[in-house]
Amino acid sequence: MFALLKSLWAYRGFVASSIRNEFAARFARSRLGGLWMIIHPLAQVAIYALILSNVLAARLPGIDNRYAYAQYLMAGILAWTLFAEIVSRCLGLFIEQGALMKKMRFPRITLPVIVVGSSLLNNLFLLLALVLVFALLGRPPHLLLAWLLPLTFACLVLALGIGLILGILNVFMRDVGQVVPIILQMWFWFTPIIYPLNVIPEAFRGLLALNPMFPIVAAYQDVLVYGRMPDAIALLWVTMAGLALMAVGLFMFRRAAPEMVDAL
Amino acid sequence: MSLLSVDNLGKAYRRYATELHRVASWFGAPVRAREENWVLRNVSFAIEPGEAVGLVGQNGAGKSTLLKLVTGTLQATEGSVHVNGRIAAILELGMGFNTELSGRQNVYHAAGLMGFSTAQVDQAISEIEAFAEIGPYFDYPVRTYSSGMQVRVAFAVATAFRPEILIVDEALSVGDVYFQHKCFERIRQFRQQGTTLLIVSHDRDSILALCDRAILLDKGRVLRDGGPEEVMDYYNALIADREGSTVAVSTLADGSVQTRSGTGEARIETVALHDANGEPVEVVAVGDRVSLRVSIRVEQPIDELVVGYVIKDRLGQPVYGTNTHHMKCAHGPMQPGERVDYRFTFEAGLGVGSYSVAIALHASDSHVARNYEWRDLALVFSVVNLSREQFVGSAWLPPQVECIR
Repeated sequence: MFALLKSLWAYRGFVASSIRNEFAARFARSRLGGLWMIIHPLAQVAIYALILSNVLAARLPGIDNRYAYAQYLMAGILAWTLFAEIVSRCLGLFIEQGALMKKMRFPRITLPVIVVGSSLLNNLFLLLALVLVFALLGRPPHLLLAWLLPLTFACLVLALGIGLILGILNVFMRDVGQVVPIILQMWFWFTPIIYPLNVIPEAFRGLLALNPMFPIVAAYQDVLVYGRMPDAIALLWVTMAGLALMAVGLFMFRRAAPEMVDAL
Repeated sequence: MSLLSVDNLGKAYRRYATELHRVASWFGAPVRAREENWVLRNVSFAIEPGEAVGLVGQNGAGKSTLLKLVTGTLQATEGSVHVNGRIAAILELGMGFNTELSGRQNVYHAAGLMGFSTAQVDQAISEIEAFAEIGPYFDYPVRTYSSGMQVRVAFAVATAFRPEILIVDEALSVGDVYFQHKCFERIRQFRQQGTTLLIVSHDRDSILALCDRAILLDKGRVLRDGGPEEVMDYYNALIADREGSTVAVSTLADGSVQTRSGTGEARIETVALHDANGEPVEVVAVGDRVSLRVSIRVEQPIDELVVGYVIKDRLGQPVYGTNTHHMKCAHGPMQPGERVDYRFTFEAGLGVGSYSVAIALHASDSHVARNYEWRDLALVFSVVNLSREQFVGSAWLPPQVECIR
């Protein structure tokens, strides 16, 4: 474990330049360049706010604000995109980097770290756009936003734990890579992101306890939309579960690493 | 302490009945792999600082697997590799380059991949830029580069920091002739400063020219480890190896190692060099007319007999070689018991030194198809300069001088 961290530290320059290059390559040859990193999430948030509030006039029960539903949706999406981006990128990570892993010697643990870094950066821009649009819609940033730090951490460890395990399995069983996107889609609809919690019949609400993304998404909505303290106990459980999954993932990673290059 | 020591190294690719068994094996479940395919086994050798070692072998002999184990991209199944120092490999130039980024950015990235910090690259970057010699292109995106420019930048980064061990794939193309010379100059400098070279090649000449030791791999094992000439002779014989063929190695009186191989349908009985008077000689004067006499006895019916010979210098580099196929006088079908004598008469246009002759009996244009007998060091002779003008080199090319004012 210590050796792992040490090699990561030694390769920090590589991790940083990989993340930087990823963004640089994405916006290369475009006039506005890095500005697109802000324009994309801004446009996404603005479209939701406009369409849902003015065109569909969707309302969220309990809050008397015409933009409340749009905000609810965006809060859930902020959490879900971070989760889904990390999981789906980790899923194909070792296969995509197969050529590099076969030819060069470097600590393989840098690969998921690069994914986490660039996903976090994407998420940060989305959050900034969100806070900006919320402020324009009459909800200035407040102190509760500090909760987003532990929330992001919880979401991150859960996603990384799941992503690492699936990414390793995918090297040896390629069907994993096909099945997971379908499961992610179903998972998205089984989490109250698009719809409010109260549309679920009472009888089925208990099932949500099985969904580790539910407490995270709910906490994002609490903080960003309802302006109240999230359920810290539930969050703690999810974080612990995420850390446990990450430990399993790292264990598998260490065991699988020697065989991974053979199978690629 | 050796710079690189490889101890009883083995690599097996494991196949499991289902991949779930593999996953279970990570968690300590007692599952056996359904089959193990050993591509390398019981490989042991040690390399000392400053050596230049050639790694030879046919395709599939395990050369690349061995290199991957040494560089650490593959993990050994058994045995161990100990490296005391940094290894750099010039095998895959331009690996991981992003074509949208500039040469400079890619240099930072590639050096990071090799484990260097930004600060270390900062110090070396101007030197890298100067070595690549691609002018303003260094700050343009790599997609605008010609393939030669990309290779220049890649080589410059790969060798920006002197490694303790440098692995070079000799077949690697490093662009134009000018840059090739520059690359070899750098490799030579590294070697003078104590870098050990590990060269992978099929080419006899470059192994003989660059290496002071060679390791021959065959079917995942070390077949021979020794002087480059001896190992390359053995390798040559191995290529010709066919069913029923034998490879015999014997040490001659002077300590050099002779390799004989072949299927034995025809045998070389005697080989001798004679002067213009028909007397056998071991010392030849520059420019003398000599005759190489080869007596052959046929043991089994053969359709065709081709006799070839190569004169090699003391380093084993071929100076001249040909065969009767190229000279359009291959022999037709022959019966057991038949004898045939060949005389190759030529002027010894050779420089002063010691030379050896290798003889081969085979069918068609090379010894690869059917090899009856191949004998290295069949004959050794010396060339001395008795009456010619002073000159250097291994060839005697007397010019006519004209001085025009």
